[in-house]
Amino acid sequence: MNGKKAIIAMLVENNANVLTRVSMLFGKRGYNIDSLTVSETNDPMISRITITTQGDDRIIEQIILQTKKMVEVKAVRLEDENEAILRELLLVKVGADESQRAAIRDICEIYKASIVDFSPASIVCELTGKPSKINGFLEIIGKYEILELCRTGVTAMDHGNKIMVCENKESHRA
Amino acid sequence: MKLTGAEIIIEVLIEQGVSDMFGYPGGAALNIFEALYHRQDEIAFYLTAHEQGATHAADGYARATGKTGVVLATSGPGATNTITGIATAYLDSVPMVVITANVGTSLIGKDSFQEVFITGISQPITKHNYAVRDITRLADTLRNAFKIAGSGRRGPVLIDIPKDITAASCEFTPAPKWEEPKAACAPQSELQKVADLIAKAKRPVVCFGGGVISSEASEELLEFVKKARIPACHTIMGTGVIGFGDDLDLGMIGMHGSMTANHAIDEADLMLAMGTRFSDRVALNLRDFAPHATIVQFDIDESEIRKNVLVDLAIIGDLKMELQSLIPLVESQERPDWLGIISKWQKEYDIIDGKGIDGIRPFEIMEVIGEKCGDDAVIATDVGQHQMWAAQFCKKTRPRGFLTSGGLGTMGFGYGAAIGAAVALKNATVFHITSDGSFHMNMNEACTAVSNNLKVITVIFDNKVLGMVHQWQNDFYEKHFVATEPERKSDYIKLAEGFGAKGFRAETKAELEKAIDEAIACEGPAWIVCPIDRNEKVLPMIPNGGTVRNAILI
Repeated sequence: MNGKKAIIAMLVENNANVLTRVSMLFGKRGYNIDSLTVSETNDPMISRITITTQGDDRIIEQIILQTKKMVEVKAVRLEDENEAILRELLLVKVGADESQRAAIRDICEIYKASIVDFSPASIVCELTGKPSKINGFLEIIGKYEILELCRTGVTAMDHGNKIMVCENKESHRA
Repeated sequence: MKLTGAEIIIEVLIEQGVSDMFGYPGGAALNIFEALYHRQDEIAFYLTAHEQGATHAADGYARATGKTGVVLATSGPGATNTITGIATAYLDSVPMVVITANVGTSLIGKDSFQEVFITGISQPITKHNYAVRDITRLADTLRNAFKIAGSGRRGPVLIDIPKDITAASCEFTPAPKWEEPKAACAPQSELQKVADLIAKAKRPVVCFGGGVISSEASEELLEFVKKARIPACHTIMGTGVIGFGDDLDLGMIGMHGSMTANHAIDEADLMLAMGTRFSDRVALNLRDFAPHATIVQFDIDESEIRKNVLVDLAIIGDLKMELQSLIPLVESQERPDWLGIISKWQKEYDIIDGKGIDGIRPFEIMEVIGEKCGDDAVIATDVGQHQMWAAQFCKKTRPRGFLTSGGLGTMGFGYGAAIGAAVALKNATVFHITSDGSFHMNMNEACTAVSNNLKVITVIFDNKVLGMVHQWQNDFYEKHFVATEPERKSDYIKLAEGFGAKGFRAETKAELEKAIDEAIACEGPAWIVCPIDRNEKVLPMIPNGGTVRNAILI
């Protein structure tokens, strides 16, 4: 899909099937999900979903309006990439023999990545940060042999007193 | 008071004002039917031949009255058989509550006998759905279902209830019937902007759809267009609101709309879209749709704005209230120039060509039905050529009087919908306009009409081909008629008699008039088969992606 990247945050009821409903809406309308995170919030009845997607302004507007209509969606917000705190976790297993270890360790040190596993032929690095920082790290570490890679996807929160709250309290738990 | 889950279901249905429902029993639903047994004086249950017929009946019931239609079906195939009917209601924003029973909670997820994950299957075609897992939530879940189905933009809601929940008991607290709060109306300042645009416009057009009927705004719409003298066209979902032949009536818009309606949209400098979502059968070419017009879109659902067509001004809220506020803001005008051009188009283009066609013509059939059916009659259609002819030549003016599957285009919708309307309106005569193709899909519902002695008169446009597809193969596939000439030998008169209904055949206008008189006079349902020429086409036709300049006229 062409268009710019967008990060959408949602508060949803923590009910069975909610994630299916949200992701099915994306499937049904032909929107792409680049990454998706979901977890329970401080209110156990409410979960927070962060989706990164792509599209032109009209598609992003449609995504927001269509998700807003779902009865278990309590709030939807388009995150401003320059304003919000964006974080992602990376685990990457790099093939490394004795001769390569020191260089990899140096890269990790520069990016403040931790080495969380160490074996004769490989190293597992962990890095938390903005997606751009993770992309930067991967570009450098990609010069070595990547055996396995996983990213959690972006999770987002605003600075200061911009707080996301539910627009209604109605429960649809059945 | 302590009630079983099954008793709670029936209790809440009665509390929500349900007096009729449609469906089919089965193992997982037995407790619910047992609870219904004791309350049959309050809720009439209509057993259909198939659950699809039940959902179309509940849909027709809702379209004809505005009340929420209710379906009760069992698990597994009972539930999956409701799907086409639910999707039909969803695409046309019809309020419906579908209750499906499921196997007991301990059997769920084990591929048990007659078990399907119906909440998963129905998710993309329901406004919302519920899988009940906690009996203490059952009553409020049912109430929420009625609230969601019948508020804002209407739609179907499914509730899946496992058998053990219908058997268990819990405390039940009665509640009053849910009443829709006064809908939101766009601010006066926005409506003033619309009035200013109307005052400046030289060639304004209204295009309205089913939203006018859903918000019960037909009277206001007529008052508005008459005061501002704005000609109006409608989508198929808006059929029956404005009088056929009224000088402000441009007819239907879109693929099979009138040339005048499509020309008017093409030349308009202001288009007021009311309760219509610019589907691809209406706005065939998104880039060239109403190219000279400032477009104002009125809709209750904000997500419809800019979904298909870019608009200049969006008015979000209840159309009835908005029209009530808008009427005093607009000035009376005459618009002789614009209405003169329109009347010229009507005389030039909106004429019916009859060269080389034998026998009774589709428009003649609709003419006779229009003359015979009476003011209170309802017309329900199936899908295909006959549906377009019915919409093009429907001369009746009665909102909620023309029931058709506009969005999903469900062949087989008509019989169930006609049954639902006949149940809802008790004494009304319902005309079911169908064709040999569509009728073969769900003619089994004849047994339902017979059992319940319903006055449904089916008129079959019999051209021996699957006409609409045949027409496309003729026009766009070099007459390669594959799978559209079925060579069926069905004898409709014998079939009608086999079901216990009356059957008639009419080959001329006079025969049709006589057959309708006899059908109206006889008890229960009747069929009238009208053989028509297989070369009859639905015209005009604007091909996909085209504009009025690409219209096929012969």
